[in-house]
Amino acid sequence: MIKPVSVAALPVAENFVIQKNRIENNAGPGTASKRVCVVTGTHGDELEGQYVCARLAKILSDGKHKLSGIVDIYPAVNPLGIDSVTRGFPMFDLDMNRIFPGSSSGSLAEVAAHDVIRDIDGADMCIDIHSSNIFLREVPQVRVSEQNESFLLQYAMMLNVDLVWIHASATVLEATLAHTLNMRGVKTLVVEMGVGMRITESYCSQLLDGILNLLRELGMWSGAGGQTRAPLVSKDHNVGFLNSDAGGIFIPRAVHGSHVNTGDSVGIVLDPLTGAIVEETLAPCSGLLFTLREYPVVFGGSLLARIMEDVKNG
Amino acid sequence: MVKDIIYSIKSPYRQSMDIVGYTFGSGERSCCVVGALRGNEIQQMAICAQLVDTLKRLEESGCVISGKSVMIIPCANNYSMNIGKRFWTMDNTDINRMFPGYDQGETTQRIADGLFKAIRDYVHGIQMASFYRDGDFLPHIKMMDTDYGKIETYESLSDFGLPYGLLRTPHPYDTTTLNYNWQVWGCRAYSLFSTYTDHIGKKSTQTAVNATLRFLIAKGILKWTLHRGMHTRILNEESIRTVKTGCAGMQKKHVTIGDEVAEGDILCEIVHPLEGNTISLITSPVDGTVFFAHNKQLVMEHTDMFSIVPFSNV
Ligand SMILES: [Zn+2]
Repeated sequence: MIKPVSVAALPVAENFVIQKNRIENNAGPGTASKRVCVVTGTHGDELEGQYVCARLAKILSDGKHKLSGIVDIYPAVNPLGIDSVTRGFPMFDLDMNRIFPGSSSGSLAEVAAHDVIRDIDGADMCIDIHSSNIFLREVPQVRVSEQNESFLLQYAMMLNVDLVWIHASATVLEATLAHTLNMRGVKTLVVEMGVGMRITESYCSQLLDGILNLLRELGMWSGAGGQTRAPLVSKDHNVGFLNSDAGGIFIPRAVHGSHVNTGDSVGIVLDPLTGAIVEETLAPCSGLLFTLREYPVVFGGSLLARIMEDVKNG
Repeated sequence: MVKDIIYSIKSPYRQSMDIVGYTFGSGERSCCVVGALRGNEIQQMAICAQLVDTLKRLEESGCVISGKSVMIIPCANNYSMNIGKRFWTMDNTDINRMFPGYDQGETTQRIADGLFKAIRDYVHGIQMASFYRDGDFLPHIKMMDTDYGKIETYESLSDFGLPYGLLRTPHPYDTTTLNYNWQVWGCRAYSLFSTYTDHIGKKSTQTAVNATLRFLIAKGILKWTLHRGMHTRILNEESIRTVKTGCAGMQKKHVTIGDEVAEGDILCEIVHPLEGNTISLITSPVDGTVFFAHNKQLVMEHTDMFSIVPFSNV
């Protein structure tokens, strides 16, 4: 059932509306009466989650008799952004994922954030799907803040991703959707995969299997889909960052998601005027090339790649 | 006057972007003034430019106290200025959400790092700031109310001779701003808000320039005579009353910043955008002075339309 989550008036004959699709079966085969939320589209240029939501809604609606409990799907937390190829919330300066829990007395973006939190509140779990940005391509991964590792890692392992990245906490991240929900007792996993403005079908299918697997582990799903891989976990590995020191155009020389060896060429940066190679980026270690630059133009400082090292040194 | 390149970055298609700092006097790093960090902070750059011009003459007349120095950085985002964009040219990130910066990070993190290393050791820091809300302000000086802030810094708010000094309780998204990180580093940091952002107001430029010079005189950095300015009313940001709109449409203003209003006075009308009738009258909740006025003609629901400073502290 389609339900409005947040509604507000726009200046000229239109309402701003965030919608969700609630798929529920209270008399399902399982014993669970749980609620799981799948959320995406906070950043309007990240589209991988759109396809995951579309497929998930179809599978669950068609197989409702195999479902127990409630799955709420929110494909567009930032509908104006997605509709206008805008990463941020149009007419609002701040990143929408830096204003949670929002406020009922704030601006439209803050009221919308507040409404989303209020709607998800009380759920057992939430999966917040992001797809990097237009610059970097990521293998499917779950990002977990180290303060939440103890209660999230076991669920992150069920999502059929390639890696789980446990990162340091930062004050600025306290205002994300995921942090806000985790602090309120809704176990929330952040997925990053693919690249902005594109849909990578294989990644979407992989995550879809993972979501169905998680639902099964929670006792909510008895249909198809399941785990096919076990992720690497970042605390067992070093992560190597490769940034460009020069400006130019980046031409990758390694395949994203592949294994690279120390000294392999990951890519080159060319000066378009002279054709000279101004920088060649070599893998500093052997490991999984889990991030690779997609957008060719680079400045000094642009991130080109990240590698998760095979074995942790020291 | 000494002109230095504080930080420089290379782009593949443009001339390098050099951030220039102008230093007056020598010895102790007494005060640093930073202008535009965003490409539409033209008023903020203009204030600094006029400060450079004035200090040049004052230095030649021997008005800078021996053993003290002041650095002015009018613009740290020439690239965005030159293409009329508020945020960073390539990835739309905000330099003022990147502090303290990271020298191995993305371009704007590197700019923030390079800038911050050059300015963090000053005793006092003044940022010519703009706000994320679209609107006009009465000129005021603001500081973050953190553990790092000191009582003598609160009192120094009066040294600017502006009508209002505000204390702000930081939100998570404030923790990556220049002002906040200056304080963490031990610098006494202030944000000076002028009336406009992308428009150079002659009077508001002079007000900000005088306020800065007055502060330098009060701190024993500059020896010169200037009228004392106004009595500064110091208050918490929360004590300012925000007036929102509960509907959307076209705004027809009845008051402007600086106007004194009584409770119940009409501040603006919201007019139907297609049919021309008045949908709503927005009135003042309190007797006070109009401190902020939203300056866009079209307004969406939940927009902060006005801020009113009550005559009496309640
Ligand atoms: Zn995102």
